[in-house]
Amino acid sequence: MDSVGLVEQHSVTFAGPLALACGSGLNDFSLVYETYGELNPQADNAILICHALSGHHHAAGFHSPDDTKPGWWDNCIGPGKPIDTNRFFVVAVNNLGGCHGSTGPSSINPETGDLWGPTFPQIQVCDWVASQALLADHLGISCWAAVVGGSLGGMQAMQWSVQYPDRIRYCLVIASALDLSAQNIAFNEIARQAIQADPEFHGGYYQSHQTNPAQGLALARMVGHVTYLSDDAMAQKFGRDIRSGSLAANSDDAIEFQVESYLRYQGSQFSTNFDANTYILMTRALDYFDLAANWNGDPVAAFATTQAQFLVVSFSTDWRFPPRRSVEITNALIAADRPVSYAEIEANEGHDAFLLPIPRYHAVLSAYLQRIEVGSV
Amino acid sequence: MRVDLTQIQRWILKQSKVLDLGCGDGEFLAQLRDSHSTQGLGLEIDPDNITQALSRGIDVVEQNMDAGLGNFPDHSFDVVVMAHALQVLHYPDKVLDEMLRIGRRGIVTFPNFAHWRCRLHLGTRGRMPVSKFLPHNWYDTPNIHFCTVRDFEALCAQKGIIIQQREMVGDGVISNVLARIRPNLFATTAIYHISR
Repeated sequence: MDSVGLVEQHSVTFAGPLALACGSGLNDFSLVYETYGELNPQADNAILICHALSGHHHAAGFHSPDDTKPGWWDNCIGPGKPIDTNRFFVVAVNNLGGCHGSTGPSSINPETGDLWGPTFPQIQVCDWVASQALLADHLGISCWAAVVGGSLGGMQAMQWSVQYPDRIRYCLVIASALDLSAQNIAFNEIARQAIQADPEFHGGYYQSHQTNPAQGLALARMVGHVTYLSDDAMAQKFGRDIRSGSLAANSDDAIEFQVESYLRYQGSQFSTNFDANTYILMTRALDYFDLAANWNGDPVAAFATTQAQFLVVSFSTDWRFPPRRSVEITNALIAADRPVSYAEIEANEGHDAFLLPIPRYHAVLSAYLQRIEVGSV
Repeated sequence: MRVDLTQIQRWILKQSKVLDLGCGDGEFLAQLRDSHSTQGLGLEIDPDNITQALSRGIDVVEQNMDAGLGNFPDHSFDVVVMAHALQVLHYPDKVLDEMLRIGRRGIVTFPNFAHWRCRLHLGTRGRMPVSKFLPHNWYDTPNIHFCTVRDFEALCAQKGIIIQQREMVGDGVISNVLARIRPNLFATTAIYHISR
């Protein structure tokens, strides 16, 4: 049995105030999280999993025996898996501003008694890290054995290394970047425009109008989804297959390609279980991230202040966070004289590859994590 | 461990910072870490070797030397090692320059193509040598830039590279002795300790 099995979510509330990068502060906020494995008496075997844009705290296992799908990174977290719960105590948290239980735009603002909605403060990556540090304190973890994240999660992992240099021993940065490219920001803006242009959006006050900008959210997800896949992966998965209708002359049937149907399905699924304000907030957090912002844009100077050891991983067909962006991270670490390993995984699946059980990818993670010394559980 | 690696160990000071170009499965860096408390980094392109090196606790960066080493700052390592990789490079001369820019000293080992068996093979059969040490056919060999002891020393002279020490290795006890007397004829492996 290589699953962590049935898991339950926990919640912790902090009185605050948490000072935010945007200048405001947050009082009385909650974080929901899950843990897998056992924290050892020395509390030196804890690994923090940081989630990406649409992720959450349910990273592994099942919530009920009837669940058809496990947590989003179940293939990587569990007994004997790369992030081995026989050795490590794994913590997965839903980030502030999220929509899966942690305080966010769909929570009540304690000061007004109304929904936060679009007035929820713009959270940035450093704020997430600060809130995760509070969670670490709550769990009695003074130093993470490792902080691990893919994509936006990788940005949080790097931010941990500069924000709390003495609270992270190993930093695993997967399919990520020091900051977003103009192209990345452009795609995020298209997604936001799709949401904001939906008449049901109501300037972000859709909940008080008892509605949901489902069309806009679905469209935003469709755009995002295309950028997570590679051309090859889409060709392989869908090609030009037609789901219904015909290209033949004089055919009255409307043509629907498989890829259209797939994207629509993904979009509509997403729009039923994700919050539009959260999507806007998360994409802005991505856009605003710049690891070296406090070091005049010099990532070498930023990394020079770190104490962690780094593993950087990229995927060959990822065009959202291409290998050269990971090479930038690696080279900045080399120039800063920090310990770093780097692997570029040959994978067909584009950015999504970081969520998939690609044999070499998992072999690299397993091999690397062996070096982390932890006391016995 | 390969005989050239055993020799190289003697030239490496305790606690030095070592960059290993073409580190393979990381065995050498792991050994150095354990015996010399070195701080090592390996460069490698073979996926299985990279995983192996990582599992030994070695830091390894997936990078092709032929694409340049410009990402490494000047004098950022005490010593840069390149064992049995010179002959597979597209630009061995440029990589030599880079080794001595990145490291204060370099250590290079390569198979000596002027070994008498190679000469005999080519001289009598008129065909490219295939042997225990060089087991590939000419068309599928990764070894695209063979050189000899004399060739290498000529290149060093031309570039103003100082040969601090050299060691010649044969393929047996007697040939080890002969390799020291007549390196270009009897050495199967040449080992150089170089600097600017």
